[in-house]
Amino acid sequence: MYKYIKQLTSLFAVIAVLFAFAGEAMAAKKSKTLKNTQKKGFVRCGVSQGVPGFSNADASGNWTGVDVDVCRAVAAAVLGDAGKVKFTPLSAKERFTALTSGEIDILSRNTTWTLSRDADIGLTFVGVNFYDGQGFMVRKDSGITSTSQFKSGLSACVNIGTTTELNMRDFFTSKGISYEPVVFEKADEVVAAYDSGRCDTYTTDKSGLAAQRTKMKDPDAHIVLPETISKEPLGPVVRQGDSVWEDIVRWSLNVMIEAEEYGITSANADAMKSSENPQIKRLVGAEGELGAAFGLDNDWSLRIIKQVGNYGESYKRNIADTGILPDRGPNQLWTKGGILYVPPAR
Amino acid sequence: MNIKNTTKGFTDFFKDNSKIRNYLPQILTLLFIVFLIGYFTYNAQVNMDNRGIDFGFHFWGQEASFDIQFSLIEYDGSHSYGRAYLVGLLNTILVAVIGIFFATILGIIIGVSRLSSNYLISRVAEWYIEIFRNIPLLLQLFFWYFAALRALPLPKEAINFFDVSFLSVKGLYIPKFIWTNFDIFIYSIIAAIISIIFVYNYARKKQEQTGTQTPKFLISLGIIIVLPLLTFLIGGVSLSFEYPILKQMSETIFNYVGGAKIIPELMALAAALSLYTATFIAECVRAGILGVSKGQKEAAGSLGLTTGQILRLVVMPQALRIIIPPTTNQYLNLTKNSSLAAAIAYPDIVLVFAGTAMMQTGRAIEIVSITMATYLTLSIAISILMNWYNKKIAIKEK
Repeated sequence: MYKYIKQLTSLFAVIAVLFAFAGEAMAAKKSKTLKNTQKKGFVRCGVSQGVPGFSNADASGNWTGVDVDVCRAVAAAVLGDAGKVKFTPLSAKERFTALTSGEIDILSRNTTWTLSRDADIGLTFVGVNFYDGQGFMVRKDSGITSTSQFKSGLSACVNIGTTTELNMRDFFTSKGISYEPVVFEKADEVVAAYDSGRCDTYTTDKSGLAAQRTKMKDPDAHIVLPETISKEPLGPVVRQGDSVWEDIVRWSLNVMIEAEEYGITSANADAMKSSENPQIKRLVGAEGELGAAFGLDNDWSLRIIKQVGNYGESYKRNIADTGILPDRGPNQLWTKGGILYVPPAR
Repeated sequence: MNIKNTTKGFTDFFKDNSKIRNYLPQILTLLFIVFLIGYFTYNAQVNMDNRGIDFGFHFWGQEASFDIQFSLIEYDGSHSYGRAYLVGLLNTILVAVIGIFFATILGIIIGVSRLSSNYLISRVAEWYIEIFRNIPLLLQLFFWYFAALRALPLPKEAINFFDVSFLSVKGLYIPKFIWTNFDIFIYSIIAAIISIIFVYNYARKKQEQTGTQTPKFLISLGIIIVLPLLTFLIGGVSLSFEYPILKQMSETIFNYVGGAKIIPELMALAAALSLYTATFIAECVRAGILGVSKGQKEAAGSLGLTTGQILRLVVMPQALRIIIPPTTNQYLNLTKNSSLAAAIAYPDIVLVFAGTAMMQTGRAIEIVSITMATYLTLSIAISILMNWYNKKIAIKEK
């Protein structure tokens, strides 16, 4: 009898161990980055060193911008408070290393999604929060109104380590124009060199040109040429290998865009709980179990909308009202003639 | 009792085997270093595997697809990353050579002026040294670059040097040399240098044997002028110039085309590096001259040597022995400091290779290691060269 009990106990022990392993395996599905973030109590977010409208710190160190709002949305979703974000300003050169080495968990720094970056260097792009394209800025008195007036011998100031450097070459080479690239490490030096006449044109993403123009001594003395020479889908990036974290960041952004589509704003989010539309109810957490898929509670999306707002609110607050790019252009919902189209959150 | 015995045996073992006693700590240290390097390599490998980054140099031959502002060899974006590396390396060497050249000349002048008996000259030299060596180099670099950019005129109002050279905010435009049969000209220069070495050897031997001096300087000057000149007259060598011409590109944008161009980034960087390093070299020179005892000069004077001869034959050979080792350090510093170029858009190896190329390929570890190895090689090369020179001028005990 005693022998049987002993065997039975050991059997239970084995089963218990197996369950423990299974439990461990289940827990492993829960993201390592998420676990670390919840343990630390803040989201570690890499941003730019100051691009108005995207990520810019004011005198008292408060960060604002559409890129900043992506990180705030993730913080609202996983920690319940959009303020719990630690921002790390990074140069274009440092940004990928900071992410792959684990210094930050989200890179939201007007970064262009390209094949080689996505596939080659341990990064995963989760979506697009701003559709941009590269343009040129020239002095108004130069009389140049279109890139077709560019002639060989032109000098162009540009920031290092960006897709801009490559697009510029493609553009000038295809037009058969010889040019002189003057490459700086920091945006401030690019602007200073362009301002002093060292370069005839300054080229970067059009949103960047619009933002830097506001910083110049005499913004009205410069114009951005109408041509767009490249596609620059800018979006947040995460480390490769943590698919749950990747999903959390992707859907935090998607929820902001979809909330705008369904007319849910930070002001009416609570009232929308009693909406008739099941999709709206799902977005504000009154129906369905969307959060459980990432190991979050059901109010995660409601918190994003209430604390950060929908995409349209974020755009208006950061880019339109600051006079950088009042016209939303392609960054309008697909239902209103833009190309913002996200998969349904259901 | 037993334990004591073993312990004694253990120490005895070392006392009796002095070889083992000497080598064991060294072997342990070596093992420790090998282990440490191995651990770091392994650690990097595991972490890179976890993050899905592979290690490799296959990017080296791929198309770089970015352009470089200033290059000593033919380059455009269709060349490989390897070629871009070479462009960056040559630009680094160029600015280091220019910097070392001017820093040495300026350093010697300032160092000697510092010892001048003229109150004004020695004070000016002192102030120069104190100001320039106590301001961080990066700030000086920004100062020269942005001050120059602000002060220089646009190409349309460029400062004109005899209608052949023009200085503007976009750079210094100079005539381009167009040679025919350039190789013959180079051979003639090499031949001239070899003949001068022969003349010097002959003159030294003659002086050692007979005591008569040969006007070797005049003879060498003649050789170096006459031989290359002959190639122009009978060797078929000729030289013509291509002058820069102002071209209008739009209503207000002008630029020079043709000729050769020295970019303002190179000028600012070379100026900042030379002015900064010259202060340290000046102090080395002063230390060297002060290090030669006064008695040497007085003894030489009493033998009837002129002031010039005293400086050239007695003071300088001894001073150089004190000057060379610390000056080598300054040359190394200057070369390494040239990496600040990245801040002002001079396309050196850091900007081109550890900058653009690194970001376009994402191969941080590979590219940073190559860049570090490159600087290490450059520094060691300079050290070897300077040590050879130092040995050459050292006291030869016969």
